[in-house]
Amino acid sequence: MFAYDIFEAEDKSVFMPGPMTSGHHQIGLACTACHTDTLTSDEDIQKACVDCHGEDRKKPFDSHPVNKFTDPRNAAKLEKIDATKCVTCHTEHQPDMTAKNGVTQPGDFCIHCHEDIGEDRPSHKEMEFNTCNSSGCHNYHNNRSIYTDFLLKHRDEPANLAKNKLPKREFAALLDEVVDYPRQQYPIKQLTAADADAPADIELSEAGHDDWLQTAHARSGVNCTACHMVDSSEGEQKIWSNNPDHTVCEQCHGTEVERFKKGKHGMRLKVGLPAMTTEEARLPMKADNKHEQLNCISCHGAHKFDVKQAAVSACLDCHDDKHSLAYEDSPHAGLWEKELKGDAPAGTGVSCSSCHMPRISFDVSEWSSRIMVDHNQNATLSPNEKMIRPTCQHCHGLEFTIDSLADPLLVDNNFNGKPSVHIQSTDLAVSDLKRAEQERLGKQ
Amino acid sequence: MKKSTKSAIGIGAVMGMGIVATAMASDIDKPSISPKTMADALHLVMDSDRAIYTKKIVNRLVKKEKVIKASEHFEDNKALVLPAQMFRFGAELVAKRAEKLDDVNFTYSLQSLWPINKQNSPVTEVEKKGLKFVAENKGKNFYATETLGGKKYFTGVYADTAVAPVCASCHNEHKDTPKTDFKIGDVMGGVVIRIPLGS
Repeated sequence: MFAYDIFEAEDKSVFMPGPMTSGHHQIGLACTACHTDTLTSDEDIQKACVDCHGEDRKKPFDSHPVNKFTDPRNAAKLEKIDATKCVTCHTEHQPDMTAKNGVTQPGDFCIHCHEDIGEDRPSHKEMEFNTCNSSGCHNYHNNRSIYTDFLLKHRDEPANLAKNKLPKREFAALLDEVVDYPRQQYPIKQLTAADADAPADIELSEAGHDDWLQTAHARSGVNCTACHMVDSSEGEQKIWSNNPDHTVCEQCHGTEVERFKKGKHGMRLKVGLPAMTTEEARLPMKADNKHEQLNCISCHGAHKFDVKQAAVSACLDCHDDKHSLAYEDSPHAGLWEKELKGDAPAGTGVSCSSCHMPRISFDVSEWSSRIMVDHNQNATLSPNEKMIRPTCQHCHGLEFTIDSLADPLLVDNNFNGKPSVHIQSTDLAVSDLKRAEQERLGKQ
Repeated sequence: MKKSTKSAIGIGAVMGMGIVATAMASDIDKPSISPKTMADALHLVMDSDRAIYTKKIVNRLVKKEKVIKASEHFEDNKALVLPAQMFRFGAELVAKRAEKLDDVNFTYSLQSLWPINKQNSPVTEVEKKGLKFVAENKGKNFYATETLGGKKYFTGVYADTAVAPVCASCHNEHKDTPKTDFKIGDVMGGVVIRIPLGS
């Protein structure tokens, strides 16, 4: 009966066993997102974790995917630490024992499987196991930008690379390959004011109409009804809506919306809760925008869909933390201004979204990929080394980048200056390489 | 009359086929293959596929035709998957697909006494004994049973031999290898196949 009440009660907060991590607090009241059944088993919880996080828990994005441990030969290791279950290291509702990234294991957990690392890597002999993760050298999951051979490959790079441009987005170029695109109903062609197909009884905003004419939408045949005619709750016939939601956008921008719903901006929509508001955020937000809801048009604006507005102003309208407030005086912002003024080539400016919503080559289907803006800004946020490959390395050398991201003061002042800390990982990789070469020479 | 004889033969033939089919159905689930035979058969398939990939793809394209490299970081380096990785990816997919099939829930892995990645060293006593045995007794396999995590397993260990020059040269040149003098034909490690035994 008790369990039944949890699922049926309108206000479920009374059943919350303890505050949730920052990763999940937004969806805390969607109990069934994780507790999928009244008597949720360990397997059910694991399945719920994988349903949302599974795509990142594979090689090469994860150095310790579950399938690394399922072989029976690992039985003895799993008795020490069950690496096949997410909750072994990420227990929810336990704020007193929860560290960064929702980790609830003591920081020296690597010792369970790597206790003899000193024999393999003499440079690591005197190191404490609680420094593996905290040193900036290793992550349990994502090591794509800090693995040894990658460090060696990119050693000796200058702080600023000669190439310093973001890749171009490919949505328009690859539109022909978007199978679900409604090209029959809305053929790809330039539309004019006379083509606007809003029903006669709809009162149109002149500004909205003019804005639309300036957009890629009007240039590509996306007419009024493509966005404003939505499914009716009462019948099969579509009806006009003045305020269409994200479900309209995903008709053509499905991958972008899917990624949006995986990040902090859209995760509530994914589990059927009302859109997030800035008032409910745990990060500092501007008070005058506290009722701002997070959906596609919050950042893109209706009709205008100005990606430049979405790239900086939309962020700074809400975010009120040190890093955000320092942006406008940063060298990155200077480059962005130059690009906006036309004084620098497209792709050389650095907006908020250049780093936090990077342009990545994304598998939009099983068989094709395209360069798109990753609307899951949390995918690369923490640990911040995840940002190196999709973002920083377009312009900066690896060692400089690793040091910069590890410097909290530099993060706070939005990278206005040079790093004051140095991460040893490249030095150690080089010294291990030299040692191996010396040993080889000695054997010859 | 002639016509009815034909029909009778036809019916008999159909009935005969039916009897054969029924007999086969009852044999299908009869336990007639030992864990050792099953492991030997599995190894034959694995070893053959592995040899073909190593010789006809990696060695041909990398060493003979010199059109592409093979790399541990094959995605970053736009290169071929190493034979050992190809083998391991197959093992991981099998493990995933077989975990819900109790009857075929076997696992296999590639290990070595001289591994480049130390996590591929033998862990269980049977693995340690088996890898030593196949390295010292060329052409012979090693079989044993062992209990892991409270479950009993049949474990077969098979020598993994350098079938192409590229096997020996890549291992010898890798910065993390503990052995730098492998030659073609040497035992470099072993394939461990594990089949759960009923309680």
